[in-house]
Amino acid sequence: MNQEKKKLTITIPEEEIMQAGHLACQGCGAAIAMRYALKALGKDIILDFPACCWSVIDGPFPYSATQVPLFHTAFETAAAVASGITNGIQAIGNDHTTVMAWAGDGGTFDIGIQALSGAAERNDNLIYTVYDNEAYMNTGIQRSSATPHGAWTTTTPVKHFKKGEKKDIDSILVAHGIPYLATTSIAYAEDMVKKYKRAKEIRGTKFMHVFAPCPTGWKSDPAMTVKLAKLAVETGVFPLYEVVNGKYKLSIKPKELKPVEEYLKLQGRFKHLQKDDIDYIQKKVIEKWEILLKKVEMFGE
Amino acid sequence: MTTKYEALTGAEAAALAMKQINPDVVAVYPITPQTPIVMKFSEYVANGEVDTEMVRVESEHSAMSATVGAAGAGARAMTATAANGLALMWEIVYIAASTRLPIVMGLVNRALSGPINIHCDHSDSMGARDSGWIQIYSENAQEVYDNYFMALRIAEHKDVLLPVMVCQDGFITSHSVENVLPLEDAQVKKFIGKKNFKGLLTSEKPYTIGPLDLQDYYMEHKMQQHDAMKHVIPVIEKIQKEYAETFDRKYEIIEEYRTDDADMVIVGMSSVMGTVKDVIDMMREEGIKVGAVKPRLFRPFPAEKIKNVLSKFKAIIILDRSDSFGSFPPLYGEILASFFAAEKKPYIKSFIHGLGGRDTNVEMIKEVISELQKLRDTGESNFTIDYLGVR
Repeated sequence: MNQEKKKLTITIPEEEIMQAGHLACQGCGAAIAMRYALKALGKDIILDFPACCWSVIDGPFPYSATQVPLFHTAFETAAAVASGITNGIQAIGNDHTTVMAWAGDGGTFDIGIQALSGAAERNDNLIYTVYDNEAYMNTGIQRSSATPHGAWTTTTPVKHFKKGEKKDIDSILVAHGIPYLATTSIAYAEDMVKKYKRAKEIRGTKFMHVFAPCPTGWKSDPAMTVKLAKLAVETGVFPLYEVVNGKYKLSIKPKELKPVEEYLKLQGRFKHLQKDDIDYIQKKVIEKWEILLKKVEMFGE
Repeated sequence: MTTKYEALTGAEAAALAMKQINPDVVAVYPITPQTPIVMKFSEYVANGEVDTEMVRVESEHSAMSATVGAAGAGARAMTATAANGLALMWEIVYIAASTRLPIVMGLVNRALSGPINIHCDHSDSMGARDSGWIQIYSENAQEVYDNYFMALRIAEHKDVLLPVMVCQDGFITSHSVENVLPLEDAQVKKFIGKKNFKGLLTSEKPYTIGPLDLQDYYMEHKMQQHDAMKHVIPVIEKIQKEYAETFDRKYEIIEEYRTDDADMVIVGMSSVMGTVKDVIDMMREEGIKVGAVKPRLFRPFPAEKIKNVLSKFKAIIILDRSDSFGSFPPLYGEILASFFAAEKKPYIKSFIHGLGGRDTNVEMIKEVISELQKLRDTGESNFTIDYLGVR
């Protein structure tokens, strides 16, 4: 064992921009996501939220947990409002403030995809974050196109659990030719902070896909949020990678993927699944993982 | 002091006004018959004649969203649309007003589908009458042009801070060439002045716009919107007076035409009033004492003024270019309500006309005047609603 004293390097900024007293549920992944994102991006920022959990988490008038300028807008407009903000500040001579749209998976994969596609096509100078908890959690756990195969939600009850794959939003965004896309996870804080810092330095549309478990909707133990996010990466359910100008780069490459069952069994939303269902999910995860590895191989640096 | 007349369509007059305003951001999506505004303004941007950041969005919903975002950030932001475009913007139209953003939007009035119709009526803007926007209606290209500058001043006035729709009739005004007397750029710049409202989204002093606002505050915020609307009419009067004094162009909230000795009038808005005025001139030759009254402002509705103006007459016929199915046509309904507490009330009748661009021609207006005479003499058709010029 190396007895030499190592100097601890703190890579995550210590300053807390997001304040205590927010209204998130216990163990909310989306709250952790915001905390790290703001630490990375700093106070010189303008946020906009569509309707999503964060419409509530930030606090009702006159409170705000984020303590930064913030525009709450309608469900499908996070990207378009951010386009307006970024063009607005540019027009009045502000070239330093970061503009970030911060939306849930419903507001991104479903109702907001048109505005997002528009902003990405124009390559407007903004960061778009989707904090992905894989369903409409704020309205009461309804399925979205980000809900994975096999999951229970209130609109996909156990007898008719979600059939069909989660929409591959990242490939859709990569196809727009944006300069930067990253998948990140609240379980890998340093990786997340590094990616947000990188996004801040790039001009154009940056897409950040943050995996944010939701104990309320996933029927999981609030204490297991970070563990679940970590397992999602370790099982290959949610791989971490970057796409810089079309070049794929894996951020975390597990030596061997853990069985997906380890991830599924901690969540009540999957407890009805039979062995066949789990085998099917396992097969799809491996398929997608291999496709990703091929992309890294073909379009890597 | 003014330059010379130019032959412009209503759409070109709108684009020219926008150019002279030189807004920070214009976010637009094309829809007939608003397109010539977008095309002309794009030319100004391409030629470097304006400093505007133009955001060519992928829908009207995003056009209004981006406009709201830009205005929230502290930029002078404008957009333009028509009909289904306004309908698609709907939820953000309300957000613009309730977050008190001084946006000026050109609205080229067009019938709402369906069935599909690209021509003029007021069903689009009338649907938005409770959205919290100020609505100004323009009779011709000159009015469109002048209204833009006054609209900007009204929107940005510290006692108002509300968005304004400058309405013109699709095709009839937007695509017809008329003589327009423009102002010089420097005159416009001086009149509109610097934007006196600060962006809310500043990192130095963080604000939150539009947060969750429930039973404990929502109603107070709605009352503030209600009160802001009350400030609008005095502000418009002041700005119209300043416009008249500066440029020798007089506009009133309610324009009267040959009403001095009239005992009956036609009331209507926008381009049809040009035809109405012509027919009145013809009838006057025959000794018929008829006049016209044209409200230029529909939101806020100038109820007190309209009552004072119209109570002088024995009979009035109101022309509405939209229907409110199962209720009173919008302008007619507002005027009825304005008179409820009045002691002296004229006979009153409604005609719905010109839907989907149906031409309201001289013969039809003559028919209206003949109905007006009957109404004045007998009162028989009092409180009736009819369609004008239908088979």
